Amino acid sequence: MTHLVPLYVILPLATAFLIPVIGRMVKGFQKTLFSAVLLFLTVLTFYILFSGVDQPVAYKIGGWEPVAGVPIAIYLVMDGLSALVLLIISLIGFLAGFYAISYIKRYTAENNFYALLALMIAGMNGVVLTGDMFNLYVFLEIAVIASYALVAFGIERTELEASFKYQVLGGVASLLILLGVAMLYWKTQTLNMAHISQVLAQSENNAFLTFTQILLISGFGLKAAMIPFHAWLPDAHSSAPAPISAMLSGVLIKAVGVYALLRLFFNMFAIDFQISLVITAIGTLSMVIGVLLAIGQWDLKRLLAYHSISQMGYVVIGVGMGMILLVEGGDRSVASLAIAGGLFHLINHAVFKGLLFLNAGAIEHVTGTRNLKMMGGLFKTLPVTSTTSLGASLSISGIPPFNGFFSKLIIIVAAIQGEFYLLAALAVVVSIITLASFMKFQRYAFFDQPKFSKKIREVPFTMRFSMIVLVILCLGLSLLIFPGVREIILSPAVDVLMETTNYATTTLTGM
Amino acid sequence: MIIYFMCFILFLVGLYGMVTRRNLIKIVISFTIMEFSIFLFFALIGYIDQGYAPILSQNVPEQATFVDPLPQAMVLTAIVIGLATSAMLLAIAIRLYKKYGTFNIRKINNLRG
Repeated sequence: MTHLVPLYVILPLATAFLIPVIGRMVKGFQKTLFSAVLLFLTVLTFYILFSGVDQPVAYKIGGWEPVAGVPIAIYLVMDGLSALVLLIISLIGFLAGFYAISYIKRYTAENNFYALLALMIAGMNGVVLTGDMFNLYVFLEIAVIASYALVAFGIERTELEASFKYQVLGGVASLLILLGVAMLYWKTQTLNMAHISQVLAQSENNAFLTFTQILLISGFGLKAAMIPFHAWLPDAHSSAPAPISAMLSGVLIKAVGVYALLRLFFNMFAIDFQISLVITAIGTLSMVIGVLLAIGQWDLKRLLAYHSISQMGYVVIGVGMGMILLVEGGDRSVASLAIAGGLFHLINHAVFKGLLFLNAGAIEHVTGTRNLKMMGGLFKTLPVTSTTSLGASLSISGIPPFNGFFSKLIIIVAAIQGEFYLLAALAVVVSIITLASFMKFQRYAFFDQPKFSKKIREVPFTMRFSMIVLVILCLGLSLLIFPGVREIILSPAVDVLMETTNYATTTLTGM
Repeated sequence: MIIYFMCFILFLVGLYGMVTRRNLIKIVISFTIMEFSIFLFFALIGYIDQGYAPILSQNVPEQATFVDPLPQAMVLTAIVIGLATSAMLLAIAIRLYKKYGTFNIRKINNLRG
C-alpha cells in the first residue's frame, strides 16, 4: 500500500502534462483521461479507507532512509485525515470534471481547462499528503497558481479583476506561510513535520514560536478565507466557471486552508490554549458575519460564496471546541464528538456546496444570468436542476434527513455538552438565517412567475448526472452518523486529531 | 542582528507599496519586493559567519565550517515559484489593461459587495 501513495500526485500531474501534448491531436482525449484518472483515484481512496488506515503510512520520496534517527527524505504520509480529504478531492474533482464536459463547450480552450484542473488537483493532493513543511508550500503554490488561472478563465472584465485580487491576497498568504516555514526551520533545523513536532516538544514555548504560529494562522486563514481575511473569496468564487467554483468552494479552501491548519496545529505544534481560542474565535466570526453578508446578495454565485465562509465557520468551531477541550483536559468524548462534527460538516459542505455551485452554473448555462431577480419560474423548465438544488438547499440549511442537519446537530450537541452555550445558540441562529437565505433563492429562482420569453431546455446529460449523484450523496452521507459506516470513513480522521502526538511518533518510527 | 531588521524593513516597504499604490504594475513590483525580502531572510538563516560554501574541494581545510545548504536549495525553489507568480500577475495586469485601458485600480472596480 505504501507504493500507492505517490500515485495521488503522479497521476494528476502526468494528466496535466499529457493533455496539452496529446489532447490537440486526439479528439476527446482530455475528458476521457481526466475522468478516468479521477475515477481511479476515487476508487483507490475507497479501497484504502476500507482496508483500514489506523496507522499512518509514510512513503519516502527517493527511498532515503533516516540517518541517525533524523529523516532526510520528503515524506508523503497517508493517514485517516489525509484519506478523508483525498476522498473529497477525488470525488468532487471527478464530478466537476464530468459536469464540465458539456459546460465547457462555451469556452474555446478545453485542453487548457482540463490541464489546469488536473494541476490543481495534483497540488491539493500533494498538500494533503505531504509530511514536509517546505514541500507543503510548493504543492500549495502549484494548487493556487492553477486556481488563479482558472478563476480568470473567462478573460472578461470581472474574471480578470477577481483573479488579480485573488492573486495579490493569495500571494501575501503564501509569503506569510513561507516566512512561517523559514522561522520553523530556523528554530528546529528540520522540515519534516513529525520531526519538528518532536524537536518542539523538547523546547519550551516562547514568543518566537507564538510569532510563527500567528504567521501560519494568518497565512492559512487567508487561504481558507476565514472572516478577517475573506475579501477575495466572494469575487473569485463567483467569477470562476461553475465547475471551478464548485472545486474552489467545495475543495480548495478545505484542502489548502482548513486541512493544513488542522494538521499543523493538532499534529505538529503542541496544542495550546491561546491558539485554540484564536481558532475558535475566527471560526465564530466567519460563521456569523459570513451569513450576515450573504443575506443582501442578489447575485446567485456571490450568495453561495458568502455561505461558504459561514459554513466553513461551522467546521472551524467544531474543531476549535475540540481543541479547547483537549487542552483544558475536559471530557475527551465530548472533544471527540466536536471534532467529528467539524469533520463531518467538512465532507457535507464539499458535497452540498459543490452541488449548489453546479446548479448555479446550470441556471446560468440556460438563462445566461446570475441575478436572482431576473430568474423565476424555472421549476417547470428545469426539473432536474430545481429538484437537486432543493435537496442541496435543505441540506445546507440543516433540515432532516439531509446530511447538513446531522453534522450541525453533532456540533450543537457537542457545544452544549462542552458548555459553550453561546456558540450553540449562535450555531442555531446562523442555521435559521441560512434557511431564510436559501428560501429566498428557491423562491426567486424556481417558484416565482416565469420571466423568460425565450425557450429554455434542461441542461445536457453530463451536467444532470453530476448533480444527481451529488444530491444522492447529500442524502447518503447522513448514514455517516451510524456506527458501521462512521468507523470506516470518519473515525480514523477523528483519531488522528484526538491523538495529537501519535502522528509524530508513528510516522518516524512506524516504517 | 541588524541585517535581520533590514530584511524586515524591506518586507514592510513591499507591504506599504502594495497597500498604497494604485497602479497595477507597481503593486506587482511591491509584491516582488516583499517576496524577495523573505528569500533574503531564508538565505540569512543558513548563513554561518566565516563559513565555506557547501562544496567539497581541495581548497577547503579539514575542519572547516560550512554554511547550511538546505535554505539555499529552498530559496532556489521559492524563486522559481515566485517567477511563476509574478508572470501570472503581470499577464493578468496586461489583460486588465487591454479591457479597461488603464492600470489604475480605482477605475477597475466592477466587483463590489
